[in-house]
Amino acid sequence: MNSFIDYTVNGLVIGNVYALLAVGLALIFGVANLINFAHGSVYTIGAYVGWAAITFLHTPLAVTILIVALACGALGAAIERVALRPLQGRARIAPLLATIGLSFVLDQLVQLIASPNPRALPVDLPDWRISIGGGSVGPMDILIAGVGLSSAALLYGFLRFTKLGYAVRATAQDRDAARQMGVNVDGVNSAVFAIASALGGVSGLLVGMYYNHIDPAMSFQATLKGVVAVVIGGVGNVPGAIVGSLLLGLTESYGIALFGTTYRNLFAFALLILFLVVLPNGLFGGRRAVEAEPMTGTFIAPSRALRVPPSVVAALAVGAFALPFALPAPYMLQVLTNSWLAGLLALSLTLVAGAAGQMSFGHAGLLAIGGYASALLATDYGVTPLVSVPVAGVVTSLLGTALVFPAFRLRGHYIAIATLAIGEIVSLVILNWESFTHGAMGVTGIPPLSALSYAVTSARAVYWLTLAALVAFALLQARLSSSHIGRTLRALRDDEIAARSHGVNVTRYKALAFGFAGFGAGVSGAISAHLFSYLNNQTFDSQLSLLAVTMAILGGMGNILGAVVGAVALVGLPEAFRFAAEYRILIYGVVLLALVRFRPQGLLGTV
Amino acid sequence: MAALCQVRGLTRRFGGVTAVDALDFEIAQGEFVSLIGPNGAGKTTTFNLMSGLDRADSGEVLFDGRRIERLAAERIAALGVARTFQHGRVFGNLSVLDNVLIGAHTRLRATRPWAGPVAELALALWRPRSVREDYAARESEARAIVARFGDRLTPRLDHPAHSLSYANRRRLEIARALALKPRLLLLDEPTAGMNPTETAEMEALIGELKREGLTILLIEHKLDMVMRLSDRVYVLDDGKRIAAGPPDEVRNDPAVIEAYLGHSGVGRRPQAEAAE
Repeated sequence: MNSFIDYTVNGLVIGNVYALLAVGLALIFGVANLINFAHGSVYTIGAYVGWAAITFLHTPLAVTILIVALACGALGAAIERVALRPLQGRARIAPLLATIGLSFVLDQLVQLIASPNPRALPVDLPDWRISIGGGSVGPMDILIAGVGLSSAALLYGFLRFTKLGYAVRATAQDRDAARQMGVNVDGVNSAVFAIASALGGVSGLLVGMYYNHIDPAMSFQATLKGVVAVVIGGVGNVPGAIVGSLLLGLTESYGIALFGTTYRNLFAFALLILFLVVLPNGLFGGRRAVEAEPMTGTFIAPSRALRVPPSVVAALAVGAFALPFALPAPYMLQVLTNSWLAGLLALSLTLVAGAAGQMSFGHAGLLAIGGYASALLATDYGVTPLVSVPVAGVVTSLLGTALVFPAFRLRGHYIAIATLAIGEIVSLVILNWESFTHGAMGVTGIPPLSALSYAVTSARAVYWLTLAALVAFALLQARLSSSHIGRTLRALRDDEIAARSHGVNVTRYKALAFGFAGFGAGVSGAISAHLFSYLNNQTFDSQLSLLAVTMAILGGMGNILGAVVGAVALVGLPEAFRFAAEYRILIYGVVLLALVRFRPQGLLGTV
Repeated sequence: MAALCQVRGLTRRFGGVTAVDALDFEIAQGEFVSLIGPNGAGKTTTFNLMSGLDRADSGEVLFDGRRIERLAAERIAALGVARTFQHGRVFGNLSVLDNVLIGAHTRLRATRPWAGPVAELALALWRPRSVREDYAARESEARAIVARFGDRLTPRLDHPAHSLSYANRRRLEIARALALKPRLLLLDEPTAGMNPTETAEMEALIGELKREGLTILLIEHKLDMVMRLSDRVYVLDDGKRIAAGPPDEVRNDPAVIEAYLGHSGVGRRPQAEAAE
């Protein structure tokens, strides 16, 4: 009973912190129709600004909070102005991708400036606790609750009673009408980003103080938690975001109480999927149906794909196969081997996101399934890699499709969020299903690839094997793309309603796309597992999923050759130029931002 | 003549508004029937209910003696009901030819449900002779259908649909619907936004389809065209059927005139409404 109260208090405190994040996300979604993936980065920067103020300026708490709010508010306004305002009128997913690029840039900058190591965030708060019915509440809990409640009250007053607040609400309801009534909607956007980011930054500071721990990696999880809370409450609904946050905080806290801390995020994402499937409009968004607009979930910029003659492609492939003879350095071969494996991932993603229009932000989850399937078969069940790798492909194909299946009826941003959550769930299940996956220990001693008695271990042999797999999949995918299935996928991407009205069973074709794509990604993950000889639940993380998205966009969505080009450019080049390795994520972010802004159709054009 | 399609007591409410209110009508095999009525009368909602894109609150739609009002859109299409959309929903990034080929989707042998998705994938990748012949046959049909629109679409077969003019998109929609080889064709304002020349051309084509024996249900505001083409006309207002019969009868029905004039009739002329 005592612990029940403690867990409840803890849940509400964490819920309050989530609320500060989620309210900002909801406000931004309201006026800009956008899920701001850079929100977690602002939150992290808030924590670091607070740390800097306390450490170097020795500011008292109230001043620290003020500094953080001002700095993050300015940052938010800058984000809106520089990265998002130029994208108005583009595909709805474009600004979302820009915020992902931005989060890469901001996170890496924090890491470069403040070092990737975690830091303590000392707090100067009195050391007493009040007992309540067996549980206890400390000053930190009260501070967080106080900041949470007073920000909510301030925000309510602002939205309800100020002129700018009216403008914000009008813009959220109907941007065009607001503009015609003389509302400066750009100004409103700017103000909302500033307010949301100020709240987000303060939230980061409070979390850092609560755990006495800040590190640059906290950004992504924060964004995810905020998104979960917002979806629960009903996207774009500010009071809903607060309720969703508290619900999420309590669910996590009770989940920890019952099952242990490693289950915390599993609960969060399971809750998200549950809401997306059962109540996609959230608790408070019930009245408006999920809108059915064609071409929102895709990033298909109308363009003519660059036609590369088949002879040139064949010559490139032959050149790639001959390269080990000209390039004896094993390091370069390893770099290219990684590129070919990434190419398989990009091919897989470009099929579902480009050809079929189902933007997947969780594609690394497929690699994880394939990697673990083959690794466990080879280590725990003694299956030879010659068999375990293709079996892993089939397992990934079936399991991946089954996992995404409930999300097939979602559209636009929702499918991206759902796949992101599914990717996280895969990783968390691997972490927690210890008896089968070895849990946090990971799988060690995965045997190298071998065919019968011939072990594929030399850099050259591995290079040829991965290149052969890539070429085989690219050819199969090109074949698929030119068949009636390719045409049908592109049709349902452009307009599901029209496709259904002409007899296309969209669920069947989405499943076919994910099944085919899952096989390729699964094989890529399986080969990687045997090359790495070690896997854990973080080997294939969300960042890799987002990198895959960047690769596919760089090459041109749906473009098969483009996917390979994107993989080589983003995985091969930074590794080849070693000096750039430290700045890799920064480069990815800048590339993504620049692409979305200046060349949405990618290098080779969308198909 | 036996009715190919019967609608009985069809009702659809949106909140407090009853968009389609206990509607009854039928279409015989080979008949040309039109639905007319002022904007908001429930015509497009009726199409959505008949084609499986919306669910009726009550009532039934029988096609060939079979109830279809609860079937998924793709099942209804597979039974041979094709439709076009009021505002045009072509697949923007697909070529004109591919758009039409999607219309023939249900008739591809490789997509037959009993084959199963895995078999379908294998057939599409392996493409044995039978599948290649199937593809070729559908493609030559598609070209023939496109050729019915004269030189409007043929020179643009490989162009992406988003590059077409508005009128050409409407033509492409009809071509796509025809590729389904429908037993019942639902046309939702096929000449909306077309100039008089284009409208006349479209009317000629629709007349040709009628003479070939295709069963057609037409929604159209251009009443002259409706009167020339239709065997029978149903008039809707506020979701209810207010008149039905051969064109000449309906034209002079006082209820129809009232509906088109508006209940007060102030400042509105029937010609203006009809030209919308």
